[in-house]
Amino acid sequence: MEKIKSLADLTNLRKQLQEKAVQNTNTIVNVSLGTCSIASGGQTALDVMKAAVAKNGLGSVEFTQSGCMCYCFAEPTVEVKIPGKEPVVFGYVDAAKAEAIVEKYIKNGELLEGVIPVNYQRA
Amino acid sequence: MEAVKKQIRIATRNCGFIDPENINEYIATRGYEALADAVTNKTPADVVNEIKKAGLRGRGGGGFPTGVKWEVASKYQADQKYVVCNADEGDPGAFMDRAVLEGDPHSVVEAMAICGYAIGATKGTVYIRAEYPLAIKRLQKAIDDARNLGVLGDNIFGSSHSFDIELKYGAGAFVCGEETALIHSMEGERGEPTTKPPFPAESGYWGKPTAINNVETFANIVPIMLKGADWFSSIGTEKSKGTKVFALAGKIKNVGLIEVPMGITLNEVIFEIGGGILGGKKFKAVQTGGPSGGALTYKDLDTPIDYDNLIAKGSMMGSGGMIVMDEDDCMVSVAKFFLDFTMDETCGKCTPCRVGSKRLYEMLEKITQGKGTNEDIARLKQLSVTVKDTALCGLGQTMPNPILSTMRVFEDEYKAHIEDHKCPAGVCSALLQYTIVPEKCVGCTACARVCPVNCISGKVKEVHTIDQKTCIKCGACLEKCKFDAITKQ
Ligand SMILES: Cc1cc2nc3c(=O)[nH]c(=O)nc-3n(C[C@H](O)[C@H](O)[C@H](O)COP(=O)(O)O)c2cc1C
Ligand code: SF4
Ligand code: SF4
Ligand code: SF4
Ligand code: FES
Repeated sequence: MEKIKSLADLTNLRKQLQEKAVQNTNTIVNVSLGTCSIASGGQTALDVMKAAVAKNGLGSVEFTQSGCMCYCFAEPTVEVKIPGKEPVVFGYVDAAKAEAIVEKYIKNGELLEGVIPVNYQRA
Repeated sequence: MEAVKKQIRIATRNCGFIDPENINEYIATRGYEALADAVTNKTPADVVNEIKKAGLRGRGGGGFPTGVKWEVASKYQADQKYVVCNADEGDPGAFMDRAVLEGDPHSVVEAMAICGYAIGATKGTVYIRAEYPLAIKRLQKAIDDARNLGVLGDNIFGSSHSFDIELKYGAGAFVCGEETALIHSMEGERGEPTTKPPFPAESGYWGKPTAINNVETFANIVPIMLKGADWFSSIGTEKSKGTKVFALAGKIKNVGLIEVPMGITLNEVIFEIGGGILGGKKFKAVQTGGPSGGALTYKDLDTPIDYDNLIAKGSMMGSGGMIVMDEDDCMVSVAKFFLDFTMDETCGKCTPCRVGSKRLYEMLEKITQGKGTNEDIARLKQLSVTVKDTALCGLGQTMPNPILSTMRVFEDEYKAHIEDHKCPAGVCSALLQYTIVPEKCVGCTACARVCPVNCISGKVKEVHTIDQKTCIKCGACLEKCKFDAITKQ
């Protein structure tokens, strides 16, 4: 990693990263993997989705992990960002739901039950 | 659930959105820009003034103005100063600090470095409980990555400011979250509090000026520096600015973390964000501030939640645990539960707390067993006030809050235990009576067969009766009866 030596270095790096993100045309599947979500099966959700993506030969799907999404009552939670669409957060993602997210929503854009509405503004 | 946007996420702005193990994702959200800007374009005094102007108050419980604390630490001259992050999070029911460290560790790292610049410290320590392995792993990775990228370490961003962070692990004693005990624990001493003053800002870690702040407090710093004090202070109430993260738990539908502007009402929190009470039961009270706090009740639903209003109600903000209770919860038992916790966690150094907690617990125990007297109520109050006034540290000083605050609204419930030998909520088993309603009993004998002490008698197809003297109130018969013939009162 090249060292950051000034504010300008940092700003450049940020711009590059943001540009790369904008140009990314992949669907991004973000699985919440905090202690809470892992305890309620977040890792299983991730594994099932990865397998389903491979099985369906979906090339343009990327997986990322994040911390707590703060919806304990609905863990595990998964956020799916399809380019050009608003990100959607699914709750209660057990193995069956994980499979359905890939087969229905990611593959065909069909919405599923259990979408958690956005109930906050982000600073 | 309503999709109203009552929540504003500042401290948890990145939690769930970015990969906490990837520094680039943090940088893409303007991460480390506030630090770079501070050390490049601002004086330490500028930083202090911005935080002061924002009106940020400590989120670890006490609510002390963060900018003032930094200013005090910045004024002392010393060859070494320290920044300490309190990640001990001992309040049972609170887990926002863990969520921040697991979800957005860089924002804490960056904030500590900014604090270091503001007060003139080059070393930071995070005191984190060893029970948080995932938070520890991610925080350590964040520190290592930041160091490798050059945003931590010597002469960051080409400035003269150097800053680095190490971790120290706590063994999970509640009292070690208290700042003086925490510092002793970090120095390898027993985790016992000492009297203040001197405050850590004057003489803290290794006797040096130390700014110690809570995880959530630090998580607010970067947004303030990026968006400005005016933006931050436009949120919240006159004396409590910004937001607070609460951990909603108990008898509520949407259990989880919420981040709401100060001044929100309990009504909004419980019914609009929390989705209401489980099973359509009636809301009774909510314990805020954990074992140091107290109960807000159905009478307080419209009170704006901020530091001062909570204290006026005999509770406190604490670290933001909110345990929701419904009509089935007994307030005497709730107070007893928290006293049991503090009785276990008292460090034993001072008498009011060590002995007081035991005596208070015993009185509550007596009342829940129906053996209390009316004098016990007066004695409970008096001893509570004495302990509050004489204990050495915050643990003892706040320990009676659960008692005082439940008595404030539910004194009749205490009285019911004492005078009528009844637990109105049906919780205190010693006061319950299981009885068989003769009109409903068909004499199926099912209850008699499950009773572990064989105290139910009656012939087949005849009405059964329970021998109250022998009954141990296990409730097995009630569950077994298919004819609703057994009542619990
Ligand atoms: C018994 C007791 C336990 C405490 N536990 C914690 C804790 O777990 N985390 C925390 O940040 N502060 C805790 N505090 C408060 C700290 O002493 C201190 O006020 C706080 O870390 C200062 O940071 P802040 O101003 O950012 O809130 C506790 C205080 C007492 C009296
Ligand atoms: S008040 Fe309790 S915890 Fe605090 S020093 Fe005294 S005995 Fe220890
Ligand atoms: S189980 Fe119910 S109905 Fe049967 S004997 Fe007992 S009380 Fe009567
Ligand atoms: S409550 Fe338990 S001990 Fe009492 S009568 Fe019923 S089964 Fe027997
Ligand atoms: S703590 Fe992460 S969702 Fe509850």
